[in-house]
This record gives sequence, structure tokens and C-alpha cells, in this order.
Amino acid sequence: MKIFSCTSLLLLIVTLFSSVVVADSKQILVQSTTSTANSGFYKYLLPMFETQTGIKVNVVAVGTGQAIRNARNCDADVLLVHAKAAEDAFVADGFGVERFDLMYNDFVIIGPAGDPANVSKQSDIHNALKNISTVNALFASRGDNSGTHKKEQSLWHAININTEAVKPSWYRSTGSGMGATINTAIGLGAYTLTDRATWISFKNKDDFKIQFQGDPKLFNQYGVTLVNPEKCPSVSQHSAQQFIDWLLSKKTQQSIAAFAVDGEQLFYPNAK
Amino acid sequence: MQESAINLAVQLIISANPDLFEIIGLSLRVSLSSVVLSLVFGLSLGAFLATDHFRGRQLINVLINALMSMPPVVVGLFVYLAISRSGPLGWLGLLYTPTAMIIAQTMLITPLVAALSRQVIEDLYNEYREQFLSLQLTRPQRMKALLWDARYSLLTVALAGLGRALSEVGAVIIVGGNIEHLTRVMTTAIALETSKGDLALALALGLILLSLALLINILLSSLNISARRQAYA
Amino acid sequence: MHNVIDINANKPVVGTTRLPTKAQPSRRSKLELNNISYSVNGKRILQNIKLNLPPQGITAIMGFNGAGKSILLKIMHGILKPTTGTVLWNQQPSDAKHRLTQSMVFQKPVLLRRSAKANIDFVIKQRGTHKPALRNALLVKVGLANKASQPARLLSGGEQQRLALARALACQPDIVFLDEATASLDPASSAIIEQIVSDEAALGTKFIMVTHDAAQAARIADEVVFMDAGQITEYASAEQFFNAPISQAATAYLEGRLHHQ
Repeated sequence: MKIFSCTSLLLLIVTLFSSVVVADSKQILVQSTTSTANSGFYKYLLPMFETQTGIKVNVVAVGTGQAIRNARNCDADVLLVHAKAAEDAFVADGFGVERFDLMYNDFVIIGPAGDPANVSKQSDIHNALKNISTVNALFASRGDNSGTHKKEQSLWHAININTEAVKPSWYRSTGSGMGATINTAIGLGAYTLTDRATWISFKNKDDFKIQFQGDPKLFNQYGVTLVNPEKCPSVSQHSAQQFIDWLLSKKTQQSIAAFAVDGEQLFYPNAK
Repeated sequence: MQESAINLAVQLIISANPDLFEIIGLSLRVSLSSVVLSLVFGLSLGAFLATDHFRGRQLINVLINALMSMPPVVVGLFVYLAISRSGPLGWLGLLYTPTAMIIAQTMLITPLVAALSRQVIEDLYNEYREQFLSLQLTRPQRMKALLWDARYSLLTVALAGLGRALSEVGAVIIVGGNIEHLTRVMTTAIALETSKGDLALALALGLILLSLALLINILLSSLNISARRQAYA
Repeated sequence: MHNVIDINANKPVVGTTRLPTKAQPSRRSKLELNNISYSVNGKRILQNIKLNLPPQGITAIMGFNGAGKSILLKIMHGILKPTTGTVLWNQQPSDAKHRLTQSMVFQKPVLLRRSAKANIDFVIKQRGTHKPALRNALLVKVGLANKASQPARLLSGGEQQRLALARALACQPDIVFLDEATASLDPASSAIIEQIVSDEAALGTKFIMVTHDAAQAARIADEVVFMDAGQITEYASAEQFFNAPISQAATAYLEGRLHHQ
């Protein structure tokens, strides 16, 4: 009796939720970086695709590092991130079919209004970072193997400061996402590197502002990749390819260019 | 900030914001389902452990007590590895669904329910033991009688489980993915708004979640009190 | 040391209100204890108990505190295992089937957190039947018909013990053990319980009761087992025991003195 009622309860719950699982096979799963999601970019763009094609796009927004890891576990149909080298490796390892440039923006250094390291006066990013290290101004790092973290590491590397091995006291690794790291940086009064889209749409700016920008080395390229159906048979190849083609189409690229937050354009389309 | 958060919370509720109600609905659906499942498993296990002194029982008790403090993220990771498309249960297609969130939360809460209910039932069993021996009740009969007689104490156990489920973010964000209109619940929405720097909205959502928990507790404890008045406890 | 004494002190059966469907008393309740000893952590609580009890009548077990009366009662009932020795019912080892025909009332009634009638129904249902008539008759018998739906644990001490007795009778036992069942009750409740015990015994149910109430034992018991320091020192008809106890311990006990060996 008891076993019977338990079983029927289990069945009830399973049926209740299985509907969600099988309801719509015309849906694709995108593993994405956070900046595109947090800035409202998908909320702006995806409804256009969904009404056009009837394909529902589910976005999991995590750091680029984790997005690639999840996609390697076949938990994605499409990968949309911003770390070209890692994306190329993903394709080279057979997990992705082909990577396409989608759009770009740039990274910026944000910091407290007083700008203690005087980075706003520097001519290039290398000097800006050198200044931070010489005056021992606090710097908050993602430390989460994300696209932004990889970019930041390459910048420190270029000026021969090894933050991993030396662990300078002014260098704080948060091990969290972009938003959490900005919150931490503001709390600490520390500089940090962020993509422009996240910063523009960030609500808790306090007295922080962009202290350094405009160096071509701060270029931030977003790419899109179809997960390889040969490696991952679960990939909804047709719908996913349709989504990528749509993203790279001229019309969508124009829509991307038209997306703005507080009057500022966040992403610059550059699909070939 | 706090004041604007309260204003925002009130505004969200008064304006019957559909997105808000969607995530509240999913939060309740996921958490209540997990609690019901955890009660099925946890109470059975708790009653089983309370009613016999087999070899290794103490070890299991210690283990379950330790599992109570398992970080949600670890549970989430464990479930993720199992139901990831490349995992052993990947063919079920459960990742990033409410079902996955229910599975993870059930695993998280079951040890809590089992450990707390074992203690409650064991205390009662100490009182009933000789009488049950005299009546020669079978193990299932003993378990059933104890579970029924401890029902009001066990309601508190269920509430503790619900509290953990409703407040938990680490497990559901990993296996649910915080996908809008699909797996976004109160806690993951709060985490998201915090990461967007919208602290006022995050706090407002937190206040709404707190009110929700308060409402459920008031509801259940009023039930509890009126039943206790009949002194079956 | 009085070992095995067999007296047949059955009272004649008198007609009283019969419970519905009460079967004729089976003769399964002839008890034989062979060399029962019981120790806890090396401490001897019972030693070398030998006893034969007839299948009917009321047997009172008396003795000083710590004499081992309750332990012996539980061993007879089978809810404690003796360290050595055997308990035989009609020459058969005590087993689960035998014990289903027995029930026990404890000094502190153990009532389920349910209504009075649900407490009785619990036992009736456990024995695989559903007999509302039996339950109602029992409630009437113990004077709780008007409190059938009340929570058992809100009843007075006397009512609780009467309910416990009614529940013990619900499985229509051949034998009922009472462990100081009236020890903490007021005279009225004690009297009701005594009356029910006498009535049921007259119908053929065997009662074995541990009691400190000599007057009560004198009123209703047919025979007395007297225990001292883990041993049976006297087993006699109630009449003989109360008029002319043989052992010094029993004499001291009845005179209200402490007995030191």
C-alpha cells in the first residue's frame, strides 16, 4: 500500500516534469559568455530569431572557460564565447565544426575615481598595468579561466609580470564571474579588466569609471561555433546551423550593430 | 538601497510582473517537489534507521549527518556529471531542466530529512519500544506507526527541508543553467541580478523570497498549532 | 527454596458480560520456566528460576523493589531473552505465535498519539481484523465510551491505564501480563481495573500481575509468587500466602518491614 502510493507519487512527479523535457524538440542550447547575456543582448536579439524560425534558444551564461568545458561534455549545440585561442583549440580537438567571427568590442580598465595609479594618462595598456604594479594599487582578477581572465593574463605576461607564480599582494583573484568581480573591485577600490558591454550595462557602478581604453591590444572578439555532431550525436545540427547562419547574416549583423545600452553601442558586428 | 529595494519589491508584486511570477512558480514547483521526494526517501530511511540496531547503523548515522553539510555546489556538480549529455545518464536529456533541479535538490535535502527524522523517531521509539515488542509489530508496522505518531514533529523537519530547498542556489544553477523562462528560479535570479550589479533588484527579489518562506511557515505552523491543540502531539 | 509447586487454584467460571466474539479460552497458557537466569553486565538479576503456572486464574508476583519481578514478567512474555533457561508454553518453546495470544500492560501506559478508540483499533487491525463492535464493547467495559474520540494522551492517569488494559484485551489474549498496572492510580481507577481483571479471569483469561498492593493481591489473586533477590522464595495459593507466609522475606514484606538477607 505504502509502496504503491510512493510509486504513484514518483510517477506523478516524473510525468509532471517530463512534459518540459519532450515538449519542444525545436530548441537549441547555447553555452555563452556572460557579457552577452547580462547586457540584455540576447533578450534583444533572440526573439527575432525565435519568431522567424520557431526555434527556441536556451542560453546558459557562464564564463568562457566553463562554457567551453560544458560544450566539451556535449552539453551545448552552439558555443558563443570570446577567447579565440581556446575556441580554435576546441575546433582542433574535434569538438567544434568551424569557428566564425561574430562581433567584437573591447576590454577596458575600470578603477576608482581618484585613479591612484594614474592609468588614465597612459598611452598604452602595458604602461597602464605597469603603473598599477609599481604603485601597488589593488587589482581584482577574475581568476576563473574565463575569456576575460585569459586576456588579462596575456597582458600581464606581455610586461613580464607573472601574477600566477609571484602572487603579488596587490593582485586579488576573485575566482568569480565578471559581475561578482566588478562588485569586489568596487568594494576593494581595485582596478579590474572588464569587457565594455558588461561595464556599460552594470548597475552598481558607484564612483568607478573607465580609466583606460582604446588600445588595439584590448580588442575583444566574439566567436560562434557549431558543436560537432560527430563528437556529440545529441546536437540539434539543423536548428543550430540555422541559428549560426542567421547570426552571421547581413540583416542580423545590422541588428547587432543597432543594439545599444544607455545610447552606447555594445557590440560591433564583423562576420565575414 | 534597502529602501529602494523594498519599494521595488512592492512594485514588482503589485504590478503582477509576469516574469516574477514565473520564477516564483518555478521556485515553488522545484522546491516543493524536492521536499516531497526527500520526505518519501528521507522519512523511510530515518524510520528504518531509528527502528533497528543492526551492525553498521552508527556508521550510516554519522555518514548521513555529515551529508547534511554537503555544499550544494558539490551536489550540483555530482548531478551535472551524471546527467551531462556525455555522462552515464546523458541519454535521458535531463540537463538544464526543472527535473534536473528537482533531482539535485532531492539529493541535497534527503540526508537532512533522514538525519532529523531519525532523531525524532528514535526518541519516540524509545518510549514505544517495549509496547511494540509486546504487540510483536513487524518492522513496517513499527515504522508506519512511528511516522504517523511523530507527524507534527516531522512537519518541522519538512519545513527545514523546504527552507534549504528554497534558499539553495549552488546546485540548481549548475544543473538548471539559470535559463530564462525555463530554469530560472528565485535564487538564481538573485545571483544573476547581483552579477549585473543591480543590487536593488537582487535585494528586492530576496525580500520577496523571504516573504514567501514566511508565508509558507505561517501557513504550516498554524496548521501545526491547531492540530496540537487537539493534543495528538 | 521452594522450587516447583503446582497448585490448581482455578476459580469456578461465573457468568459475566461477555465480549462479542470472545473465543473459548484455549489451553495454550500453561507456563513452565526452566532454570531461568538473567544477568546484565555480569550482574545477576535472576537466578535459577523454576516455575510452573496453571493456564488460568490470576497469579500475583510480589516482592521487594529490585527483586526482579518486572524482569521475570518480561521474560515470561518473551520481550526479554533470559541469559539461560527456557520458557515453555504447554511444553512448547515460546515463539511468536504464542506471544500473539499474550499482551502486556506497563506501569506507565504507553499510548499512541491518537484518539482512545484509535489506540484500540491499532491492535485490532494489527491482528488482521476490523471489529468496531469489539472496540466499542471494550471502551464500554473500561468506562471510556464517552471519551472514545479524545486524544489518548490527554486522558487522566486512571483513564489512560484503563485504556491500556482495554487495548491489551483487544487482541483477545489467552494471557495478560500486568506490570504494576495500578501502582499510580487512584482507588476508583484501581477498583475498575481489578473488576475487569476478575471478570476476564473468570472467562478463562490468565493474568500474571506484578503488584506491591498486598490488599489488591489478596482481593483478586488466586496464587502468589514471592520473589526475593532474584529468586522465587515462595509460591503458594493466595489464601495460604497471606495467612501463613513461609519465608522470612515474605513475612517481613507483608508486615511492611525491609528484609535484609
